[in-house]
Amino acid sequence: MKQMLAIFLTAILTENYILDKFLGICPFLGVSKKRDSAVGMSIAVTVVMVLATAVTWPIYFGILIPKHLAYLETIVFILVIAVLVQFIEIVLKRYIPSLYNALGVYLPLITTNCAVLGVTMLVLDKQAANPTAYGYAQALMNAFGAGIGFLVAMVIFSGVRERIELNDVPKFWKGLPITLVAASLVSVSFLGFQGLVTGMLG
Amino acid sequence: MARETAKKQNGLWHEFSKGLITENPVLRLVLGCCSTLAITTAATNAIGMGLATTFVLVCSNAVISLLRKVIPSKVRIPCYIVVIAGFVTIVQLLMSAYLPSLKAALGVYLPLIVVNCIIFGRAEMFASKNKVLPSILDGLGMGIGFTAALLCMGIIRELFGSGTLFGLPVLSSFMPSIVIFLLPPGGFFVFGLLMAIANRLSGEGKEPEEIGCAGLKGCAGCALAANCSITGNKNGEAEKK
Repeated sequence: MKQMLAIFLTAILTENYILDKFLGICPFLGVSKKRDSAVGMSIAVTVVMVLATAVTWPIYFGILIPKHLAYLETIVFILVIAVLVQFIEIVLKRYIPSLYNALGVYLPLITTNCAVLGVTMLVLDKQAANPTAYGYAQALMNAFGAGIGFLVAMVIFSGVRERIELNDVPKFWKGLPITLVAASLVSVSFLGFQGLVTGMLG
Repeated sequence: MARETAKKQNGLWHEFSKGLITENPVLRLVLGCCSTLAITTAATNAIGMGLATTFVLVCSNAVISLLRKVIPSKVRIPCYIVVIAGFVTIVQLLMSAYLPSLKAALGVYLPLIVVNCIIFGRAEMFASKNKVLPSILDGLGMGIGFTAALLCMGIIRELFGSGTLFGLPVLSSFMPSIVIFLLPPGGFFVFGLLMAIANRLSGEGKEPEEIGCAGLKGCAGCALAANCSITGNKNGEAEKK
């Protein structure tokens, strides 16, 4: 339980996928302008991250490793994610149209979102570093935490950006440059969580 | 006849050179920001990443251009992904054989070239509509532009962050290194700074473009533009006006 909590908090705070690992910068800059779309996108990303890990983990350890095909992980993972996203879209459209209307527009963007591929691949490194203690459940928890971390960063940043809109910015800094400087400051604040999880939960 | 050849060469030169400055993928089109921010803590890593991406970009552009009449447009995205992922795997295998230290430094960002919007964007925007030679030149120009922007960021961050350049001590003897340049916030800051400079140099007073998943010019070529929430937002704003 303690380990699960540690994995969850680490994924949100100290190893935030956007602010620490620079994964998913495109939606971070593109979709964070309005809080509603930031939340919708993040929820869709979280769902896809957990499902993608749920599928790629067994494929990696059940098929690729026994057959000595680990070098094919890039191709297999990206295809699995692409198929999965398409599949989620079809299922949602058919059975839960209200949810599809809310999240549907974000789903195609997620296929080429590096955060999803990054979560499924980085968790393999973590498993390699600690093979006995890191299993399927831990991997899923890590993916869930990464998604929530994505949500936290997106929501905080959408608030910051609403403030920037009102400010008088030098001409050539308008738009993306000043947004990146703001992202830098948000990222500084997340550096403050460094060591928090290990200090708190050992 | 001579004029036609000259014109043709001019066209080819344009395909190559546009990626260097006017349509620089990183600073003007804002494509592929993830790897740009993540691996530019040292100039050598920046060059390694840039060249790996260039290789994938040129090869995938060439293959996709060759197959442009074979691939049905409905399933083009999975087809492009397979082609790109194949070349990324080639780079991964080559690098682990000959440059293991660089592979370790690039880490997970090497396989993540697959989802780099530059490659996907060029496949969709250029290679699927043009002949092989222009596609290769387009890939080469974009790749070199990407490498140059990465190198620029890598030099700034390495110089101030660790006081060295390509691993050789430069500033470290007379000033302390500013570690925050190596940390994530420094990456965002230097990227913003370079982009402001690029706007200043090439904007001629024009306000920088709106942000998209890939800037607006990039967004037009993005395979997902029709479904993209950003274009949706823009329509919403237009309606308000």
